[in-house]
Amino acid sequence: MKEHLIFVGKHAVRMLLLLFCVSAVAFTLVSISPIDPLQANVGQAALGSMSQEQIAKLQAYWGVGEPPVERFFAWAGDFFRGDMGVSLLYRQPVAKVIGVKLHNSLWLMAIAWTLSGLAGFLLGVLAGLREGSILDKIIKGYSLLIASTPAFWLALVLLMIFAVWLKVLPIGLSVPIGVEAAGVTILDRIRHAILPAVTLSITGIANITLHTREKMIEIMESDYVLFARARGESTWNIVKNHALRNVLLPAVTLQFASISEIFGGSVLIEQVFSYPGLGQAAVTAGLGSDVPLLLGITVISAAFVFGGNLIANLLYGVIDPRIRRGGARA
Amino acid sequence: MRRWNGRMTAVVLFAAAVIFLAAVTAAGFGFSEEALVTDFSRKNLEPGGAYLFGTDWLGRDMFVRTLTGLSMSIRIGLLSAGVSSVLAMLLGTMAAVMGKTVDSVITWVIDLIMGIPHILLLILISYACGKGFKGVVIGVALTHWTSLARLIRGEVLQLKEALYIRMAQKLGMSRWKIVWKHMLPHLFPQFLVGLILTFPHAILHEASITFLGFGLPPEQPAIGIILSESMQYLAMGRWWLALFPGLLLVLTVILFDVAGESLQKLLDPGSAHK
Repeated sequence: MKEHLIFVGKHAVRMLLLLFCVSAVAFTLVSISPIDPLQANVGQAALGSMSQEQIAKLQAYWGVGEPPVERFFAWAGDFFRGDMGVSLLYRQPVAKVIGVKLHNSLWLMAIAWTLSGLAGFLLGVLAGLREGSILDKIIKGYSLLIASTPAFWLALVLLMIFAVWLKVLPIGLSVPIGVEAAGVTILDRIRHAILPAVTLSITGIANITLHTREKMIEIMESDYVLFARARGESTWNIVKNHALRNVLLPAVTLQFASISEIFGGSVLIEQVFSYPGLGQAAVTAGLGSDVPLLLGITVISAAFVFGGNLIANLLYGVIDPRIRRGGARA
Repeated sequence: MRRWNGRMTAVVLFAAAVIFLAAVTAAGFGFSEEALVTDFSRKNLEPGGAYLFGTDWLGRDMFVRTLTGLSMSIRIGLLSAGVSSVLAMLLGTMAAVMGKTVDSVITWVIDLIMGIPHILLLILISYACGKGFKGVVIGVALTHWTSLARLIRGEVLQLKEALYIRMAQKLGMSRWKIVWKHMLPHLFPQFLVGLILTFPHAILHEASITFLGFGLPPEQPAIGIILSESMQYLAMGRWWLALFPGLLLVLTVILFDVAGESLQKLLDPGSAHK
């Protein structure tokens, strides 16, 4: 038990250090940018007609001309105390903006992550079990096709089919237009989330299917499966008793590592569906030079990715007893 | 005649993919002027005989625009994937050869880059470079080397234990001479396949980042620009503005994948009997 705690602790410390580096890298990147936030948000014409004091005031607001190192430590210090600063575009605390957007995105991503994980795993096992069959060829072809398709184009095509032609699903946003917040039902929200969630799931399936399939083929050719066959075990029993556990390990790792992919996909898909989530906020922040918000989103999303990796590392031990013993010592 | 086999299929696939991609790239150069021509007498035409992919609201020929955009994408893909693979090769070998400190630093950097979602990192880098062409190329090049570097590092670590490498060490060859004379030739096939398999990702990410508005400038007929402009006209039923450019992009990406996988098959001695 104690060894287990040390194992967890070591990974957690490493994760925190990595997060700190992520924030430093992100901060460096935004501070070396040649983009002038005043030009991007106020515009050349408006700037020309302003007095010097007004421009100075705006410069102070957007943080132009302060030394970056001092700014970083001020920002990081506040961040550790839980104050992420104030979003310059939304004029609200970053924590609050991220909270609202994350709430919208999170269940979208959670649905897509679960669906694509389960479906991908199932398809991969099926295809691997019957390597070379028509079913395998269809599943493999589908996965390769989806892996080569940009998420945002798939979103556009689905939008065209279901929202423009068939008119069965709404064309965008997370709630109906022109309805008060109190009047929005859960059903409305679900209707608006269907297309984004389905698109995100479809794109997430490909990777895990292909990997599970490869692993499954490898396992079905192994000696212990051959021996099980010789003992007269049925295919179902072989899958249940021998294959699943072995194929689950890489699948779980991959699925937790795919959080970063799902996140990237959601940025694109939210843009297409005008879905007011974290991804859309990141794009808005980037285009509008809202540095505090962009930094906040980067750190939060990196925390999710590292958290996913940490969980994957811990789950290894649960699924595979060999790693449990070895991992604690390592 | 010899019996038709898997290797011959691989050769044909590889050649077909390369020819198609070269043709698209060349066509883009030829059409670069024509892609910007606007003609209001032919605006919003549906796909048909004269205009294979239809025309847009400014009367620009979508077929020509798509080809020019794809050609641009392929060139950006080649450039950034090339830089990215060389980086991967260099850092992967360095991590494996130069001892523990360098190894842990490089592994740390890889973890760091993999920790930030790709798209977000691309947005950040493109923002740091002031958007535009430079931002895309640097962004894609800096984000795509990690997995290949890991692969190369693992391979070199294994190679280090090989008998012929140990022998060269005992004979007093310097570390870098061993890397240059004995390891690189061994790693080259993997590098080549990794390079080609990086293209599809590079192209997709270039299109994505341009689509979001952080990539190429809007006056350029890039695939990302074409698709993001088409969004405004979707609700009016102009489906062809989004469908065909996207389809051609998917085809390009698949062909790069096909080329990479056939090359892998051809270079891998393990599949020689297939």
